[in-house]
Amino acid sequence: MTTTDWEVVIGLETHAQLSTRSKIFSGASTAFGAPANTQASAVDIALPGVLPVINRGAVERAIRFGLAVGATIAPVSVFARKNYFYPDLPKGYQISQYEIPVVQGGEIAIVSPTRGEIAVKLTRAHLEEDAGKSLHEDFHGMTGIDLNRAGMPLLEIVSEPDLTSSAEAVAYAKALHALVRWIGICDGNMQEGSFRCDANVSVRRPGAPLGTRCEIKNLNSFRFLEAAIEFEARRQVELLEGGGRVVQETRLYDPDRSETRPMRSKEDAHDYRYFPDPDLPPLAIDAAWIERVRGGMPELPAAMRERFARDYRLTAYDTTMLTQSRETAAYFEEAVRAFGDDAKTIANWMLGEVAAALNKSETDIAAAPVAPAALAGLLRRVADGTISHKSAKDVFDAMWAGEGDADAIIARKGLTQISDEGAIGTLVDEVIAANPSIVAEFRAGKEKAFNSLVGKAMAATKGKANPAQVNAILRKKL
Amino acid sequence: MADPLATVAGLAAQLAARKLSSVEVTRALLDRIAALDRSLNSFVTIDGDGALAAAEAADAARAKGEAGPLTGIPIAHKDVLMTAGLPTTCASRMLANFVAPYDAHVVARLKRAGTVLVGKTNMDEFAMGSSTENSHFGPVRNPWNTALVPGGSSGGSAAAVAARLVPAATGTDTGGSIRQPASYTGITGLKPTYGRCSRYGLVAFASSLDTPGVFARTALDCALLLAAMAGHDERDATSVDRPVDDFAVRLAASAADPARPLAGLRVGMPAEFFGEGVDADVASAVAAALDELRKLGATTVPLALPRVGLAVPVYYVIAPAEASSNLSRFDGVRYGHRAAEYGDLADMYRRTRAEGFGPEVKRRILVGTYVLSHGYYDAYYLKAQQVRRLIADDFRAAFAQCDVIAGPTAPTAAFRIGAQADDPVQMYLNDIFTIPANLAGIPAISIPCGFTADGRPIGLQLTGPAFAEVRLLEAAHRFQQATDWHRKSPPENVA
Repeated sequence: MTTTDWEVVIGLETHAQLSTRSKIFSGASTAFGAPANTQASAVDIALPGVLPVINRGAVERAIRFGLAVGATIAPVSVFARKNYFYPDLPKGYQISQYEIPVVQGGEIAIVSPTRGEIAVKLTRAHLEEDAGKSLHEDFHGMTGIDLNRAGMPLLEIVSEPDLTSSAEAVAYAKALHALVRWIGICDGNMQEGSFRCDANVSVRRPGAPLGTRCEIKNLNSFRFLEAAIEFEARRQVELLEGGGRVVQETRLYDPDRSETRPMRSKEDAHDYRYFPDPDLPPLAIDAAWIERVRGGMPELPAAMRERFARDYRLTAYDTTMLTQSRETAAYFEEAVRAFGDDAKTIANWMLGEVAAALNKSETDIAAAPVAPAALAGLLRRVADGTISHKSAKDVFDAMWAGEGDADAIIARKGLTQISDEGAIGTLVDEVIAANPSIVAEFRAGKEKAFNSLVGKAMAATKGKANPAQVNAILRKKL
Repeated sequence: MADPLATVAGLAAQLAARKLSSVEVTRALLDRIAALDRSLNSFVTIDGDGALAAAEAADAARAKGEAGPLTGIPIAHKDVLMTAGLPTTCASRMLANFVAPYDAHVVARLKRAGTVLVGKTNMDEFAMGSSTENSHFGPVRNPWNTALVPGGSSGGSAAAVAARLVPAATGTDTGGSIRQPASYTGITGLKPTYGRCSRYGLVAFASSLDTPGVFARTALDCALLLAAMAGHDERDATSVDRPVDDFAVRLAASAADPARPLAGLRVGMPAEFFGEGVDADVASAVAAALDELRKLGATTVPLALPRVGLAVPVYYVIAPAEASSNLSRFDGVRYGHRAAEYGDLADMYRRTRAEGFGPEVKRRILVGTYVLSHGYYDAYYLKAQQVRRLIADDFRAAFAQCDVIAGPTAPTAAFRIGAQADDPVQMYLNDIFTIPANLAGIPAISIPCGFTADGRPIGLQLTGPAFAEVRLLEAAHRFQQATDWHRKSPPENVA
């Protein structure tokens, strides 16, 4: 794509499914994976005469989000009905917030691959209910309807069209994904649809007014998000460069073909006939409620990064990586507490060995087989010279495999480092005596020969000699 | 002598004194329904077995000393209220075979109070109408003259109570649907404050207006039923959490001055309710009723409700708008009628709804869809909501000068079946005096106050501020202690 001639403008609408136990307007369970229609109450299937009642837990999660992004929490917001017919929409309308959403404004700080640290502005975030699912497979000539998802609580988070590349859109989506999990309002499970994005994409010449946009629906992985935007931007540029024009429409991304396809055009867009839902009084949130929620908020990643840099003297890279999730940060701080003061050592291990092991075994850090205190115990043995850094990696692998704590493994494998000065002196004498030619080379000024002698000493003890001590004593004796 | 056709209070006294059992009353009323309702068509469903079982249970409870004031009293529910295990049709083909899987909140409360449900009453389809002619099950006839409509939309309940088929019945009042039929059939009908009784299980017509209420022959009976029906329900977010007065006890208290029991009561007379368009017989009966209220000690206060004349047009924007959305769930997908043959999904919807709904329901869905549609919302729906607020303001201002507002319940007495069937606007104007209270969400009661020269009942409407039901009931009760309009019975219409 001729990115020099065109600017891509992207805004995301993200649906985060809120982690309440019951649905947004009924008492039915929100647990994932139940048999079809077993978690659909009278309200969810829209029997005659039933009424919605707002789940305060969903409101509280919206407040949490608003506080986390520095938004205005509307003292009064309004639920509206969005009317349209579809078999998986039992009432014939979706309850959503339209004119007055609960969260207004706010911003999310991200690290853009092209522009560095930027703040992505949010337009709004509003509460709404999900629809059910239409199942077109397995029902020959018919459509199955599963209403378990009907009434699931959603927070739709709408960004301003502040994003300028697919990579930046992904960085924003990842930051948002991390944030909603961090503040405990959404499990972020993208396979189960708990976090999904719609992307509004348009292109323009630099300085020109915004171009006509297309909306790509239901992107449920970061990879698809990136690929869909890439494709769509290229499609629009090619269209415009070929003298055509972009038609405003809703498009679907096909991951098998890596392309977007039209779903419906503006012309056949529904007239949703929004109006305030008369069954639900305006949602009032007073200052006391907001303060109660604020009191229960965890420390936010930005504040935590600052604190880690200040208290532990870590680099920006370290603090960013250690605050990828609350669990990671908690692991780090627990390990630091158990270990003592040298946080940098913990950070290095977490971002090195621990991260690699987690990756390899596809494990969440909360379920890591090596607990923070156990990691600290291992590193203490390195610090006090009991084992070498090299042995520590073997011990770590053994700990990961469940073979016990560091001390037990060190003892069992006989990995204790030789740090006895007398023993190392004897060893060095033997090495000097056995390698006269190398000694001569060293004395003739070849510094490399020294390392060779250290190697001989280490090899003679199968690596158990304390290398620092070997170094010092060898140099002294030579 | 035992009287199974007595009022609720009268039956309660006989049941308590063991002059009658609930089974005896229930059986007598079931027999009466079997004999008389063929000419009235006031019932859609009669549950004889269920009623007798409930009556037996009520008698057993009484024998154990566990009876309350409503234990063993037979009642009927308007067929717009969900009743577990019984058909709940809304008098629509759409729900003709629908059996309710749960009880509406007011149904459950009345059941818990020990009432015996004898059946479900006929109504205008989905409560849309003022004559009970818009029923899939045929029109209801007025017991006073079977050529007349009973009013609507709760015409089945009104006719059943007027004909002494049941001593009391529930109704719902969205734009006069309890008070206007009460007026047309010569009985007492109470529309409580919006939020006083839960709407849970009331099949929604216009959610911001729908109000469950009650028909009986006396204000005292209405008080007894309201005390059982009212109360907070956390399943209805518009239900109000405030204590329920023991209405009947308040009514039983003796007045300080028995000769002038309404001393101190200021009765507002809005010019708008006493002007042109009111039938002469109606106007004179209401004037006589106001004289009676003065005789009982009340003072009358002339006042104005300047924007009340906008109530009907405002109502016919808001109510259809809400209805168009509320009735979307009747789509043939999950329950109710579905067209036997159809092409694609859109065709299934089209045919199902074309077959399932009657003409008045379709008319309102079309109007409601139009007023909410893009480009018209501000001009119609939003404007109507603004005027609605102004009408409520008119009432607030009026209640600074008076305690209750009086006037005719409807501009005319009952009209002939078919007389207004082709003129929806004329039909809508029957509710010109009742709709304002719905828009303002305030309580109002209709009580019998006379007859036209040709013997059609006339109703007096009393309207009060929000949650002033007891004030309305008390005024109505004192009026009924001094008059006997409410004791008049229609002729026995044996088919």
